[in-house]
Amino acid sequence: MKTGDPSEKDVAIEDPNAPEVVLGATAGGGGAGAAAQEDIPNPIAGTFDGVDPTPGSPKPDEILVAKNVVRRFGGLTAVDVDEVRIQRGAITALIGPNGAGKTTFFNLLTGFDDPDEGDVSLNGNSINGVASHKLAARGMVRTFQLTKSLAKMSVMDNMLLGAGDQRGEKLSFSLLRGSWRKQESEVRARAEELLERFSMTHMADEYAATLSGGQRKLLEMARALMAKPSLILLDEPMAGVNPALVQSLLGHVEALRDEGVSVLFVEHDMDVIMGISDWIVVLAEGSVIAEGTPDQVSSNPRVIDAYLGTEDGGASSDGRQGRDSE
Amino acid sequence: MGIDWGIIIQQFFSQGVGINAMVFAMAAIGLNIHFGYTGLLNFGHVGFMAAGAYGVGMTVFWLDQSLWLGVLVGLLLPTIMALILGIPTLRLRADYLGITTIAASEALRIFVRWRGNQERTGSSGGINDFADEFFEFNIFTRPGTETYDFAPGGLTIFQFRANDLWVLLIGWTLVAFFLLLTWQLMRSPWGRALKSIREDEDAARALGKNAYAYKLQALVLGGVIGGVAGMLQVISRQAVQPDTFNPVITFLIWTILIIGGVGKVASPVAGSMIYWALISGLITFMRELIGTDLSDELETFLNLSVLNVDQLRFVIFGGALMLLMWFRPQGVFGNREEMALEDR
Ligand SMILES: Nc1ncnc2c1ncn2[C@@H]1O[C@H](COP(=O)(O)OP(=O)(O)OP(=O)(O)O)[C@@H](O)[C@H]1O
Ligand SMILES: [Mg+2]
Repeated sequence: MKTGDPSEKDVAIEDPNAPEVVLGATAGGGGAGAAAQEDIPNPIAGTFDGVDPTPGSPKPDEILVAKNVVRRFGGLTAVDVDEVRIQRGAITALIGPNGAGKTTFFNLLTGFDDPDEGDVSLNGNSINGVASHKLAARGMVRTFQLTKSLAKMSVMDNMLLGAGDQRGEKLSFSLLRGSWRKQESEVRARAEELLERFSMTHMADEYAATLSGGQRKLLEMARALMAKPSLILLDEPMAGVNPALVQSLLGHVEALRDEGVSVLFVEHDMDVIMGISDWIVVLAEGSVIAEGTPDQVSSNPRVIDAYLGTEDGGASSDGRQGRDSE
Repeated sequence: MGIDWGIIIQQFFSQGVGINAMVFAMAAIGLNIHFGYTGLLNFGHVGFMAAGAYGVGMTVFWLDQSLWLGVLVGLLLPTIMALILGIPTLRLRADYLGITTIAASEALRIFVRWRGNQERTGSSGGINDFADEFFEFNIFTRPGTETYDFAPGGLTIFQFRANDLWVLLIGWTLVAFFLLLTWQLMRSPWGRALKSIREDEDAARALGKNAYAYKLQALVLGGVIGGVAGMLQVISRQAVQPDTFNPVITFLIWTILIIGGVGKVASPVAGSMIYWALISGLITFMRELIGTDLSDELETFLNLSVLNVDQLRFVIFGGALMLLMWFRPQGVFGNREEMALEDR
């Protein structure tokens, strides 16, 4: 997987005002090889240093931007987001109480639901009204809160399906084995590699239905990676997963970021969120009420009110809290 | 008078590979592509058969063209029908297609039956003797030979008329071709994508598969195969009759698919052969029984006579189907473990 370079380029093109320091950090993490990656665990460290911790704040290098996105179900306004900008190459968490509209917002971003109003753009290109199946080819892949493993297909078939742009998937070529055999074996090799990485090789021939809940979450993530996404959206990837597997899932998510993939994920487990996220967006009753680094968010009184509860309030330790709450 | 076991055996075997078995096997191959592999709920498969049948019949009868052009029309009409039914409904939930197909197949039957269509469809009388061109090529036609018997050891197992044998040769060859086609398609990446849509359409879309296009392709493909089955049926009878395309036929095709095992390549053929062999053997047996000394008792206690023995097939078959669902819900070829799997 190519790392670092795309973000470097896009920083230059899309946001000329991006701080020099950010560019350096990104390039250092991505481009300088494995040794550098081990020394600097988080390749985008420092990216958010100059970012204003307020809803809708601009990021140095944005991969996904949503503006004025509104979705109503009858009288209920499930989502009413003024502005959200997602940084490339970072792990961004989307948190909020049950029913805050996180899943609905995901659906709107990924074309699984149509907003009543609003604009979404990916890599600077509008994706309003673009059919959901076309977004995978544009580098955006999602997973679902209720895992959607393809139960009566093998783990391997699940993986093979993840790959995009397969010639043999066209009806007109499907009978011409020779025309897709080579690509198929490439795709299979990649699937084997990913299964290896997710320690699922021994389950390749099992039906997906026989996997445990946690294994399915892993499978769904691995399958999404087959599409070589530049942005992956995970809706509660750790829900219902046992603690041992959570650690391994977290490891995979961090590894993704280290390879340059942008991650946007919904999660409820506070320890997970605080430990792994580079940036947090807080949704409550459909609107973004706060944004910031884990420290900033956990000390934001609005967030504490809406979501975190008092036990996390102790994390407030720096001057940012005061600035944000004004 | 005793029971003639010979005729029962002969009916069992002959009908097991006969015209009906062939036609329904083929129709079920189409339905298997719809439901077994793609998860499409098609409750009006008989409509596709009718489209094929009337395509060929009307081309000869109304337009006065050759049978061969009619065959092309018989391929075209089910295609058009699949597109008309699929384009508006396949973006919606699965049940919309189900409702639309059942309604469309009935509407089609009533429309071709309508008296105003006398000169186009033959109305309720249908279209007769339109397929001579097909039988001109019959390699089994011999002067003085009406029927062909296959009687190893003196026991007649198969008995067919020369014309039926010709239809069977072409028909089973086509069945074999469609089986091969299904098999090849379903082990290609295209078939894999199709199955992913059956399993979970949203997951398929998230992985970049255009579920709508795949479903439409599957609907057309299965519909055309149903159309070919319809054509063979009417050609074999030299008659296109509106009332042979009633909704019970769709139900029968579903039954056959379920007997064989949904979503397995060869199951339509196994299901159809089993159905027609058993039902024909059974009905013949009942007829024989009514012909014996027992006839008075049957009439008195079971109200069973030559008049209603044919109706009995549905009773028997309903019962048998219930037993099948009880003991082998996956069908003949199905895999019980696979059937029990569910997305939790
Ligand atoms: N299809 C729908 N029809 C009507 N209301 C809906 C629909 N989908 C979501 N809602 C409503 O919109 C609101 C937001 O739901 P959503 O599922 O997006 O919340 P969430 O933040 O993902 O919650 P959770 O943490 O429980 O997953 C809820 O009040 C929900 O009832
Ligand atoms: Mg949710």
